[in-house]
Amino acid sequence: MSDTVSGPLTADSIAGAAYVVAALLFILSLAGLSKHEKARAGVIYGITGMVIALAATIWLTLQDAWGTGAGLTGLVLLVAAVLVGGAIGLWRARVVEMTGMPELIALLHSFVGLAAVLVGWNGHLEAPDLSPDLTAIHHAEVFIGVFIGAVTFTGSIVAFLKLSARMKSSPLMLPGKNAINLGALAAFIGLTVWYVNDSQLWLLIVVTLLALGLGWHLVASIGGGDMPVVVSMLNSYSGWAAAAAGFLLNNDLLIITGALVGSSGAYLSYIMCRAMNRSFISVIAGGFGIAAPAAADAEYGEHREITAQATAEMLTNASSVVITPGYGMAVAQAQYPVAELAHQLREKGVNVRFGIHPVAGRLPGHMNVLLAEAKVPYDIVLEMDEINDDLGDTSVVLVIGANDTVNPSAAEDPGSPIAGMPVLRVWEAENVVVFKRSMAAGYAGVQNPLFFRDNSQMLFGDAKARVEDILKAF
Amino acid sequence: MTHIGIVAELGNESRVAATPVTVKQLLELGYDVVVEKGAGESSSFRDDMYAEAGALIVGADEAWGSEVVLRINPPTEDEIGRLADGATLIGMLSPGLRPELVEALAARPITALALDAVPRISRAQSMDVLSSMANIAGYRAVIEAAHEFGRFFTGQVTAAGKVPPAKVLVAGAGVAGLAAIGAASSLGAVVRATDPRPEVADQVKSIGGTYLKVEVAEEMQSSDGYAKATSEAYNARAAEIYSEQAADVDIIITTALIPGRPAPKLLTAEDVAGMKAGSVIVDMAAGQGGNVEGSVAGERIVTDNGVVILGYTDLPARLPAQASQLYGTNMVNLLKLLTKDKDGQLKIDFDDVVQRSVTVVRDGEKTWPPPPVQVSAVPAATTQVPAAESTAPKKKEGLSPAGKAGLFAAGIAVLFGINAVAPAPLPQHFTVLMLSIVVGFYVIGKVHHALHTPLMSVTNAISGIIVVGALLQVTSDNVVMQVLAAVAVLLASINIFGGFAVTRRMLAMFSAGKARS
Repeated sequence: MSDTVSGPLTADSIAGAAYVVAALLFILSLAGLSKHEKARAGVIYGITGMVIALAATIWLTLQDAWGTGAGLTGLVLLVAAVLVGGAIGLWRARVVEMTGMPELIALLHSFVGLAAVLVGWNGHLEAPDLSPDLTAIHHAEVFIGVFIGAVTFTGSIVAFLKLSARMKSSPLMLPGKNAINLGALAAFIGLTVWYVNDSQLWLLIVVTLLALGLGWHLVASIGGGDMPVVVSMLNSYSGWAAAAAGFLLNNDLLIITGALVGSSGAYLSYIMCRAMNRSFISVIAGGFGIAAPAAADAEYGEHREITAQATAEMLTNASSVVITPGYGMAVAQAQYPVAELAHQLREKGVNVRFGIHPVAGRLPGHMNVLLAEAKVPYDIVLEMDEINDDLGDTSVVLVIGANDTVNPSAAEDPGSPIAGMPVLRVWEAENVVVFKRSMAAGYAGVQNPLFFRDNSQMLFGDAKARVEDILKAF
Repeated sequence: MTHIGIVAELGNESRVAATPVTVKQLLELGYDVVVEKGAGESSSFRDDMYAEAGALIVGADEAWGSEVVLRINPPTEDEIGRLADGATLIGMLSPGLRPELVEALAARPITALALDAVPRISRAQSMDVLSSMANIAGYRAVIEAAHEFGRFFTGQVTAAGKVPPAKVLVAGAGVAGLAAIGAASSLGAVVRATDPRPEVADQVKSIGGTYLKVEVAEEMQSSDGYAKATSEAYNARAAEIYSEQAADVDIIITTALIPGRPAPKLLTAEDVAGMKAGSVIVDMAAGQGGNVEGSVAGERIVTDNGVVILGYTDLPARLPAQASQLYGTNMVNLLKLLTKDKDGQLKIDFDDVVQRSVTVVRDGEKTWPPPPVQVSAVPAATTQVPAAESTAPKKKEGLSPAGKAGLFAAGIAVLFGINAVAPAPLPQHFTVLMLSIVVGFYVIGKVHHALHTPLMSVTNAISGIIVVGALLQVTSDNVVMQVLAAVAVLLASINIFGGFAVTRRMLAMFSAGKARS
């Protein structure tokens, strides 16, 4: 069908030019996200790029096939598919709760994965007219594209199921699970070689099933708390799937966009892993459960409880308050009362800020979106590194639904499974109030000595209800 | 229904064991409260205020005859006799220092609880009356000193000339010491503090003082939260510091106490003689023998060189309303522990270390001293840590530099190899791929951390660009291909429209500054 460039001002050359412009606009779109002020303009760039790319492609397609029967059915299918897909997309985007963003994003990844599989399959069915060398490469491209796409597809589906609590979020522990993953990878390489030499349809079916299984198993064996890494990893995969399709179709726009998305996801995974002081491999290879258990159940002493009333009093008398939310805040849907609390305290002249750990929540930046939804001004929502040095001068820290990200043993106990993980040093503050359902350990299964510090007190119960109690007590 | 009796104190004591506020809290626990007429008069709590809170105002005999009697100071022999059989007396009994009082109490079929004997554990902090009284005393010590001191605490530049800030030395950074440091630095003085426990340095700093470290090779590890006696070498160096400081500072407040022992002598007569005229010393340990040579318990002394030494032992009682309120709250917290069901029935559970510790006499039987309580006043973890080595990975080590270089070289070689042998369009595609990845990393590295979720949704949208691949296939002659391509277009369209729409929705929520109000 279409090779990229083949002469002055043909449909192909115009499409090629449009692709360059679109690619540039996509880069500008991502660059726009570096600042809040520029972010909205960035989305406009992205949409413009997409419109240009689609218009050029549709025009190119119709040029080739105008008047033929297949062209007409194709056009009808195309319009129908875009309308239906667009409608579904807009509808989901409108109704999604901000606490449900991780699920939506995981689901969208799976669509890219599935689309990549379908495009790859078509690459097989298309039977290209190429030199033997190129045919072999074409076959390899089909295989790689389908493999990455299928892993992305089932991986994202599992991530979606886990995030939406339709599947248990604890890691699936099959015996020899690393062997399963590596075996699947080895089988894939073997099958690729076979397929390059002899392109049978059944090989493609086998590799599709293999990749679907691998994607499923890979994500099923990772626990819920590692989902930020998994979701950004799948984001990366969906990009590479698009890039692989670009190789297959000789399309530079797909390669550029795929590489942008792929490196974006990889970068986010890297940030997440660094924030947990764990290597990417160790996250993929399984949850904290298998890490060496803590030295023993050390004697931590006793924790103290506080009432909502007393917390309200403490907050009213505070000069500065830092709130460190975690996934628990999202679960309890407490972001609105928390925002109201921050608002009322600011009205009273208290310096209120939020401290966000990079892996708080189930998605990179998840807490920021939740707080933004509840109309917390973004300039009081600070990153861990920005707020950590100020915590020593803070009167009260409210820990809402966070646990491992505020665990002093990460900084102080080299024997702890989370030793070396950068954490919010909330224990340096004058007072710490921990909102928690019970004394259970966090995702990492590590007891948190913070709860037993002399300057910390526990406020048990549902975070939302407790924050509302505090608001009432003002 | 159990009655709680609030009885009046003797002599100059201006505090009272319950205030109208704490009476309400006692009533909530299910008790009836009777208050001896005039008990709160000297703390400015009048009888009608108690009555309004729900207490009954009664005569002394009836108050003493209650099932539970709350007091501040230990009872006299006579007063012990006024208690009813089976009654419970709660107060500051100093059982460790006054064995004869314990014997006298045990002679009666009563129960006696010493509020000043709560163990120093986190859970019991809310009943730690020694801490709350020490806090008040530390504050009041500064106020007394300021009253005697003939100058400002804070430095000022006025039209009438420059005033230097007063220099204050606080010896001992316990609860009282910290309160004194805080109060003095709030008044604007330059505050220095000494303490044998180096771990208090941060606390001193946090409330505005400067910690003077005694440099000797010795570690003070206190396992029970109180200071201990110190060694020879340490004492010699500390004495030097006190002499130096005495000559320099205007005000000295000493708070050094060691439980069960006479207070350590920190300032000698020579040190005092070396101070400037008009300087003030508050010896908060005067009641236990004094930290300062020449201080007299309960007296104001003026030395020959014009230094005022205050040996007041009733500092908390000089802030009676405040002290009564804190004491009363400590008392309520203890009673909460003793009245688990809030049914007005006082029960003592000897399995609870707090309840065990405070009980001096139970039903006429002496239960003092209680078994020792080991508490975690100091995180003593620092020394035991090496034992737990290598159970878990330390800070993740990356590859060694050589390993990194090797990996890098291998990557370059593979890239070179592929591009050298690959036919026509492939090297060009690799060029595009590599450049895009590099651009991608730089662009993404600059994305604001707070916008990571919008970043993911926008990359979702643009990865829908795979629709281009499907579009090129949708007009194929092969019906299967057409259908597959159409499905791919549909999926990709969800991504494109959904991704951009949700990104816009999210970004619209991010608002700056005071957007709310």
